[in-house]
Amino acid sequence: MKFDLNNDKLYRMEHYNMNLTVKVWRQKNSKDKGGFVSYQVKDISSEMSFLEMIDVLNEKLIVEGAEPIAFDHDCREGICGQCSLYINGKPHGPWMANTTCQLHMRAFKDGDTIVVEPWRAGAFPVIKDLMVDRSAFDRIIQAGGYISVNTGNAVDGNSLPINKDHADASFAAAMCIGCGACVAACKNSSAMLFLSAKVSHLALLPQGEPERKSRVLNMVAQMDKEGFGACTNTGACEATCPKEISISNIARLNKEYLFSSLTSDK
Amino acid sequence: MLDAKIPSGSLDDKWTAYKGHCKLVNPANKRKLEVIVVGTGLAGASAAASLGELGYKVKAFCYQDSPRRAHSIAAQGGINAAKNYQNDGDSIFRLFYDTIKGGDYRAREANVHRLAEVSGNIIDQCVAQGVPFAREYGGLLSNRSFGGTQVQRTFYAAGQTGQQLLIGAYQALERQVALGNVKMYPRHEMLEVVKIDDKARGIIARNLVSGELERHFGHAVLLCTGGYGNVFYLSTNAMGCNVTAAWKAHKDGAAFANPCFTQIHPTCIPVSGDHQSKLTLMSESLRNDGRIWVPKKKKDERKAIDIPEEERDYYLERRYPAFGNLVPRDVASRAAKERCDEGYGVGTSKQAVYLDFADAIVRYGKIEAGKEGNDHMSMEDIIVLGKEVVKEKYGNLFDMYEKITGENPYEFPMRIYPAVHYTMGGLWVDYELQTTVKGLYCLGEANFSDHGANRLGASALMQGLADGYFVIPYTLGNNLADDIYSKAIETSHPAFEAAEKVANDRIQKLMNIKGKQSVESFHKRLGKIIWDKCGMARNEKGLQEAIREVQALKKEFWSDVRIPGEVNEMNPELDKANRVADFIELGELMCIDALNRNESCGGHFREEYQTEEGEALRDDANYMYVAAWEYKAEHEWNLHKEPLIYDVVKPSQRSYK
Repeated sequence: MKFDLNNDKLYRMEHYNMNLTVKVWRQKNSKDKGGFVSYQVKDISSEMSFLEMIDVLNEKLIVEGAEPIAFDHDCREGICGQCSLYINGKPHGPWMANTTCQLHMRAFKDGDTIVVEPWRAGAFPVIKDLMVDRSAFDRIIQAGGYISVNTGNAVDGNSLPINKDHADASFAAAMCIGCGACVAACKNSSAMLFLSAKVSHLALLPQGEPERKSRVLNMVAQMDKEGFGACTNTGACEATCPKEISISNIARLNKEYLFSSLTSDK
Repeated sequence: MLDAKIPSGSLDDKWTAYKGHCKLVNPANKRKLEVIVVGTGLAGASAAASLGELGYKVKAFCYQDSPRRAHSIAAQGGINAAKNYQNDGDSIFRLFYDTIKGGDYRAREANVHRLAEVSGNIIDQCVAQGVPFAREYGGLLSNRSFGGTQVQRTFYAAGQTGQQLLIGAYQALERQVALGNVKMYPRHEMLEVVKIDDKARGIIARNLVSGELERHFGHAVLLCTGGYGNVFYLSTNAMGCNVTAAWKAHKDGAAFANPCFTQIHPTCIPVSGDHQSKLTLMSESLRNDGRIWVPKKKKDERKAIDIPEEERDYYLERRYPAFGNLVPRDVASRAAKERCDEGYGVGTSKQAVYLDFADAIVRYGKIEAGKEGNDHMSMEDIIVLGKEVVKEKYGNLFDMYEKITGENPYEFPMRIYPAVHYTMGGLWVDYELQTTVKGLYCLGEANFSDHGANRLGASALMQGLADGYFVIPYTLGNNLADDIYSKAIETSHPAFEAAEKVANDRIQKLMNIKGKQSVESFHKRLGKIIWDKCGMARNEKGLQEAIREVQALKKEFWSDVRIPGEVNEMNPELDKANRVADFIELGELMCIDALNRNESCGGHFREEYQTEEGEALRDDANYMYVAAWEYKAEHEWNLHKEPLIYDVVKPSQRSYK
């Protein structure tokens, strides 16, 4: 059994400082054309997180009287899904199974040039600099990503035993943080991994059964309406997903979709 | 000023009696009543969804780009409920008792009992929503232990319980959005409460994308805006968590209760340098299996694995044999600080202790070997099997630790140190969760009500969801029943205009300072003052100094802060400035409250008041009250006391020995 992650740089225990060139996408607002601007940052510690490096750069920009770089971030512990960033051509940067906020500077070395872009997808328009609008994901959930149960007198939790393997598989899909890296990684800007994670989470549980067919049909329809592309099974989404959501969920989604299309009463 | 409106009758019957007698609003009238919900974490999302289901017209606001990102999502370990599925003697009374005792007898009996009563319903509701809780092979729900209790009542979903519960509430909320019952306003921040005839009737919110100020009417306003831990700058809170909504409500008449009751969580990843922007928690659930220790020798430079067993001091097991590593958070944090202050700390900063899984790995490995019927397995193979079990239980936490520190916790013990995590203080609310401003409610971490001076692990998720799913749907109706004749008020009303002007004037004032220092640099300095002087240990002299320093910092902030960019556009620096300006004022009140409370209780540890063994020494004769502060003017507050009356529990010196 191996516990080491797939990047040996992670284990470089000694701390070091580095000077870097950071090429950042700057765009004043959604109407602006935007372009890359290069910045030099000095004395960055290998202990810093990637976003702390941007903090240092922003502090410098503010003191110099320039406008800081706008980027989305919140929890900085890899769970809220608000951080994004395309770093050196990869969503969330070079580490596997990782979010940008958990990327640390020991992934880079002195003298590196780092290119930072926003998520690139038609359905995620840029708001400013590195921030994009991901409200399309909320609308996909609104189309059916829930179990219709009002607050009130639900039956006792243990009155519904659930096969542990199904519960575990459901949980594995439910770990999706809705960050949109799967869309950004996909050459078609497809949202199939995101959508399949939600469909799987609910389809694998008995509670999801009553709305099983309408859910998948409505959610897929909404995804298409939002302008996400089709899936061509390249697997880039799975490879980039910070929570390692499996592409087998897409297979399950396709099965659910086909089954529901053929048998739905509507 | 303070009427807690606690129903009469025996403790067991209060909530049932309240529900049986509270006023109702009929469905046709609910459609005419508008409710504003600020914040969409567990409390806000569950309230907005439940009120939408009932038929109220709800508007929900959050500063994040989606309600799914609220910081409740980061809660790791679990949620308590008095289900007694484990047959280990749990009951509503025990959960109630543990919470009161854990809070060091500074919480209200009636509120806490209600919390324990509805705890079971929360689990049922979440299961019905499809929250994938951990299960046993028989398909039933699994439980684990948490600090401050001797039963297994914590329900969990690996180390992502908060995420799964929030996604459940978020989905319920999005369903109401789809049905048209809730209108969602993401990337919005509330800047003012609008009061008409002494009732909260709306808010002024800044659209964080366009920079515009918006006016929103509501028959009632619910603040579900979380805690104020970021006053310390470094905390386990998300970067955006702030006190602004609660603080604006406070300055507009809502009393702020027990601001000095803040929780320092014992197991966080230590600070690594000045660049640090936030701290990361390692779930309390790790204390189920991890053993906390420091070397017996001061300034021991050896690696952890080179220090033999007999030269290790498992100080929690030594000091508290009954609860061992599972003592409550305040006790564990102070014990870690005590060892580090005495010179036994580890790591480069010496501000850390070990959390070691070596024993657990061997223990689990032997169990697995036993299952295979192999009694002669080599230690190496046992360790391989044991690591597999530990990975299953805590894998995501170990991965997170590894990414942040670059060290493998399966091989070396984790280094941990206490960090700010939760705030028990908050807006004062009565039994109905209404603040001292009529029509203004406060739910979840943002209110003060249920955790006294210290919160037990896995109780925050419970309280947030209890308030949103099971309390506010009843108590709001009881008050709105009298409001069915009130028509919606046009936002052209002078009160809206005046409130918008206040918000706008402050923004203009901030932008016009055009000073030299960044918002962040002020926030860091504020955090250092509060951490050093109003953190894990406080004393009179330090608090007096801190008050002066915070006042001076406020002056400097308002004369030298630099905010780049424009008002009418997305401007994260301006948003931060609005928040830090309020944190500075809150910081002053925290110190005033800590100075006023001449006793130690729970997370509030005044060095002058401790037992011979260094435990918190309460003064029940003089301080058994909720300190509710009324804002008068700059640097000026009135103290109102709500006496705490214990009808059922007998307060005693808390002992975990």
